[in-house]
Amino acid sequence: MIDSAFGVLFDGFAYGMLLFVLSVGLSVTLGMMNFINLAHCSFAMLGGFVTVSLTNGLGWPFLASLPGAFASAALVSVAFERGLYRRLYGASELDQCLLTIGIVFVSVAVAAYVYGTIQQPLSLPAYLRGSVSILGHSFGVYRLFLIGVSIVITAALVAALELTRFGAQVRAAVDNQRMARGLGIDVDRVFAVTFALGSGLAGLGGALAIEIVGLDHAFAFTYLISVLIVVAVGGLGSIGGSFLAASVLGISDMAGKYYFPELGAFLIYFVMVALLMWRPLGLFGKR
Amino acid sequence: MPSATLSEPQRHLEAQIRWQPLEIAFWLATLLPFVLTPNHLVLASQIAITALFALSLDLILGYAGIISLGHAAYFGFGSYTAGLIAKWGWGEPLTGLLIAAAAAGALGYVTSFIIARFRHLALIMITLGLGLLLAEAANSAGWLTGGADGLQGVRMWKLLGLFQFDLYGTTAYTYSLVVLFLGFLLARRLINSPFGLALRGIRENAVRMPAIGAASAAHIRKVYTIAAVMAGIAGALLAQTTETVSLDTLSFQRSADVLVILILGGAGRLYGGIVGAIIYMVARDQFSHINPQYWYFWIGTLLIAVVLFLPNGILGGMARLVRLERRAA
Amino acid sequence: MSVPALATRGLDKSFGSLVVARGVELTLPQGERYALIGPNGAGKTTLINLITGMLKPDQGQIFLGDTDITALRPEARVKCGLVRTFQINTLFPRLSALEAVTLAVCERRGYAGNWWRGLPAYGDAVEEAYAILVSLRLAASCYRPTRELAYGQQRLLEIALALATRPRVLLLDEPAAGVPQGESAELFSVISGLSRDITLLFIEHDMNVVFRFAHRIIVMAAGRILVEGTPEEIAADARVREVYLGGTRRG
Repeated sequence: MIDSAFGVLFDGFAYGMLLFVLSVGLSVTLGMMNFINLAHCSFAMLGGFVTVSLTNGLGWPFLASLPGAFASAALVSVAFERGLYRRLYGASELDQCLLTIGIVFVSVAVAAYVYGTIQQPLSLPAYLRGSVSILGHSFGVYRLFLIGVSIVITAALVAALELTRFGAQVRAAVDNQRMARGLGIDVDRVFAVTFALGSGLAGLGGALAIEIVGLDHAFAFTYLISVLIVVAVGGLGSIGGSFLAASVLGISDMAGKYYFPELGAFLIYFVMVALLMWRPLGLFGKR
Repeated sequence: MPSATLSEPQRHLEAQIRWQPLEIAFWLATLLPFVLTPNHLVLASQIAITALFALSLDLILGYAGIISLGHAAYFGFGSYTAGLIAKWGWGEPLTGLLIAAAAAGALGYVTSFIIARFRHLALIMITLGLGLLLAEAANSAGWLTGGADGLQGVRMWKLLGLFQFDLYGTTAYTYSLVVLFLGFLLARRLINSPFGLALRGIRENAVRMPAIGAASAAHIRKVYTIAAVMAGIAGALLAQTTETVSLDTLSFQRSADVLVILILGGAGRLYGGIVGAIIYMVARDQFSHINPQYWYFWIGTLLIAVVLFLPNGILGGMARLVRLERRAA
Repeated sequence: MSVPALATRGLDKSFGSLVVARGVELTLPQGERYALIGPNGAGKTTLINLITGMLKPDQGQIFLGDTDITALRPEARVKCGLVRTFQINTLFPRLSALEAVTLAVCERRGYAGNWWRGLPAYGDAVEEAYAILVSLRLAASCYRPTRELAYGQQRLLEIALALATRPRVLLLDEPAAGVPQGESAELFSVISGLSRDITLLFIEHDMNVVFRFAHRIIVMAAGRILVEGTPEEIAADARVREVYLGGTRRG
């Protein structure tokens, strides 16, 4: 329950972390290959539905289903990248938008066909439900869990990027693709792995989202706009940018809903347009 | 202009913009619904309105190369303006149409200053954001727009004092078709003028334009305003012929739909929006009887197929067929 | 002393720690043909981008005749008569050569905002464009889309577009780039045939061409102007040889 400005901040930050996990993959791959994958949230949706099937259908514990969400989204994305996306790396922005929007439409229809159009139920394990009291404030346990997972993911991503050789290759490819190729880096392979990783994270985000925002067949569409806002405002190819943009967006959204319910999402869109006009390449965009 | 006084290059350019027999046949065919499908004139008028809307998007997307995910803002703004004027007591259709056109044009003009400054992803997101902003504002301003229930109490007077809008749609289709045709004539003139050439220059190579002394930003602002006027007129037509206005006229859904329609028919070919509108609306009408989810499946598949195999839409594919046949002959 | 056609004073530009132009002082007298040479990365194209306004200098001024154009937008400089061509063909792929040159002419004549009358009605603009294409021997294929033209013809179209704007100062960025030896001579005969009303500065790597067509040569290295002089002076200058040969010795 939101019972103070602090509560708004906490819930907003948790929501922001969810957006971050959903968006970070798109930001990095967009920054690397300039390929506009609007179907990114379809992979998120896939992860969510895999979790639903594993927990409700097969009785798996929630935590055990999360790697399943990640892996399934990653694997399917590899198939798409190999089979379809590769052909459009040099195509116009419009063509990429249209192809991936088409995939979103199809995924929404398939999800409705298989799972129906209702909100998917999810039963959390007891230790993730309810709230704890720390320093006199009430914190939702699940939201704490979400924040914790997101911070661990952020740390792992940053560590991998800064400390591993693969990470160095990723940074080089994002910075200057042609130069990276010239240095002998197999950019296509780097991209394929990063893409799978990013889509896997989206799938994980989809699974984590069920408890916070719910999951239905239109998820791929509904959260696409939020993800795009995070990516565009944060700057392509920037993990830090995505983190900051997602936090700002999550908190603004929560604050807007709590303090100015008549305005609705107006505040978010206004902030986005204003930020993009000030910094067209995003807060931390390259160049 | 008599051909004898034109030089060879002039004659060549003139031949490119001459009316083709196929075009004349097409416009004559638009009269067929009166005779062949008199029970579906309401649908026919909806198609004409959508075609005008798609044509307005073609001006900025197909010819100037501006990708907009928020073009419905002008459609909806025109729609609400026309609806409100009628609701507040002035139900005369033609003047209402002109006022709505002016209002949408003013909105277009103001936003064009923002649009002309940005490119690539930032531009796409800004057009999306502006469209969403207007939709949210309309949603919140329920006292004005009627909110989710839509605008009530829109009563139109007789068109030209003679023809009443009715359930059969005869007046509606005639009205929409005439306005579409006039809008088309305007667009055609624009495309074939030096201004149209400048727009295509911007689309083909935005970097080269300043290097030949072109003030691209001014060109973009001009075409964007004209496109907003045209979209506003289409929206006003919808409000007047259906005597209702709902929030979905401003929605992202509608912006996405018109984009799909234009791409389906083929952008940058003047008739692409019209062809796309016909196919899309007829198909959706057929599908509306079946599960709506199936519609999304097939439109998604079609979109993927068009991008992969028919990158210039249906008209582009047909043009390629014609060229291949000509080469084989 | 008459006013130079083009002059720069103290032009500086850096990208972070990368300095691409330092204190560049350039003076182009009216009607002269100057060549700008230097090793790769010397900053020659950057200088052209600075002069034409595609890049904003950190410091310095640019004068066209006696007008300070430093604050003018690129299209405004073109209207004043400062025009450039691109090293890599920057053309309009789906426009025909005739349409492309007519567009440039229409922009110059102020027709490009007119949307009521059809393009063929502007006979004077079409004729002028056609005449330019004839003079560059492009008339035969001028109705075909630009992307269908041969590479050498596209290079000529680059120049045609520039000529359509009636330049007073023309900056040519490697006009013969990628054109085989036999054809580049024709290209340069076209360029050298240009009227003395136009002041020329061209970037070039082929020294034969440079020595044949240039009145004076400016040598750039590492963002700075190293030396300027007549072809004979430059050929004899030890610093120039060092700047070119020094690179190969390291490689």
